[in-house]
Amino acid sequence: MKEIMAEQATTTSTGKRLPLWVMAVSFTGLLLFLALIAWGLRRNQAGPIAIGQKVPGFSLTTFDGQALKTADFSGKVLVINFWASWCQPCEQEAPALEQAWQVYKPEGQVVFLGVDYVDTEPQALAFMKKFGVSYPNGPDLRTIISQMFHTTGVPETYILDRQGKLAYVKKGPFLSVGELTSVVDELVK
Amino acid sequence: MRVFTWAILALALGLIILAGARVVAAQAPTPSDDDVNAVARELYCPVCENIPLDVCPTTACAQWRDLIRQMLAQGKSKEEIKQYFVAQYGDRVLAEPPRTGLNWLAYGLPPVVFLVGVFLVYRGMRGVIARRAKPAVQPAVQPMASPPEENVDPYLARVEEELRKRD
Repeated sequence: MKEIMAEQATTTSTGKRLPLWVMAVSFTGLLLFLALIAWGLRRNQAGPIAIGQKVPGFSLTTFDGQALKTADFSGKVLVINFWASWCQPCEQEAPALEQAWQVYKPEGQVVFLGVDYVDTEPQALAFMKKFGVSYPNGPDLRTIISQMFHTTGVPETYILDRQGKLAYVKKGPFLSVGELTSVVDELVK
Repeated sequence: MRVFTWAILALALGLIILAGARVVAAQAPTPSDDDVNAVARELYCPVCENIPLDVCPTTACAQWRDLIRQMLAQGKSKEEIKQYFVAQYGDRVLAEPPRTGLNWLAYGLPPVVFLVGVFLVYRGMRGVIARRAKPAVQPAVQPMASPPEENVDPYLARVEEELRKRD
């Protein structure tokens, strides 16, 4: 029994506890680190913009240097198309998009914006020339716009109503002009 | 006549300069695949995650490598090319996160955690060694004083008594 007590006494003398301030700083650091991870996870796992939800504003600098803001198009229907020159399905839908743009351009009630995703400028310009794309197009600098929409690939098209709310999402190419105009016509009415 | 001579001389000089420029242009080294890959292996295309640009087989990555080749041919440095890609596609194209803001955590935290771990293991080991060494030393030293009789728990005293009887 005495030995046990002696051993306990030894443990107490050698196993000194850490100072209180060290423990406090450690726990605070740990909590901050966990909070940071939680914040990052929440941010990453936030879902895409839902139908009917107001779409946050963004700006796009076109290949010809024009700075466009979505706020400038309030009251109009906005067709936002994500594309890339290396994307085969984008080639499929490019003529349909341009034809639809030519339909709506004269009245000025519908605005088309092309957002070029993870592409190189020479290739993007060659693509636009090849398909005669004439509506405003610009690179998705730092992929800010595609991250905001949580795009999953290209092509993807987001159509906003006159109130700036998301009205329609198309993942994949539009296979005909009619497929696109049937959606836009409903929103223009 | 003198004007004509000057014109001939100017033409000849122009042709020499032009020929010289062509020779220089022809001799400008085209960046090799190794040069391109030396930059590309430090970049990642967001389309094909976790595949370095130098080995990524997609068309998008091939276009990026072409762009790197063009920029190298224009005399751009590796850092300038990387900065261009960051400006165009964001920080996530870099193999290593830039040492700014919260990214410092990625660099600072692992060594700090490692050092704290080493300290805790050292402290724990020292405690274990001290505990093991103590009984061997104890007989040489005066054994720990017995608690005064009045502080002894009667129950423990009885247990000890019973144990002594068994021996």
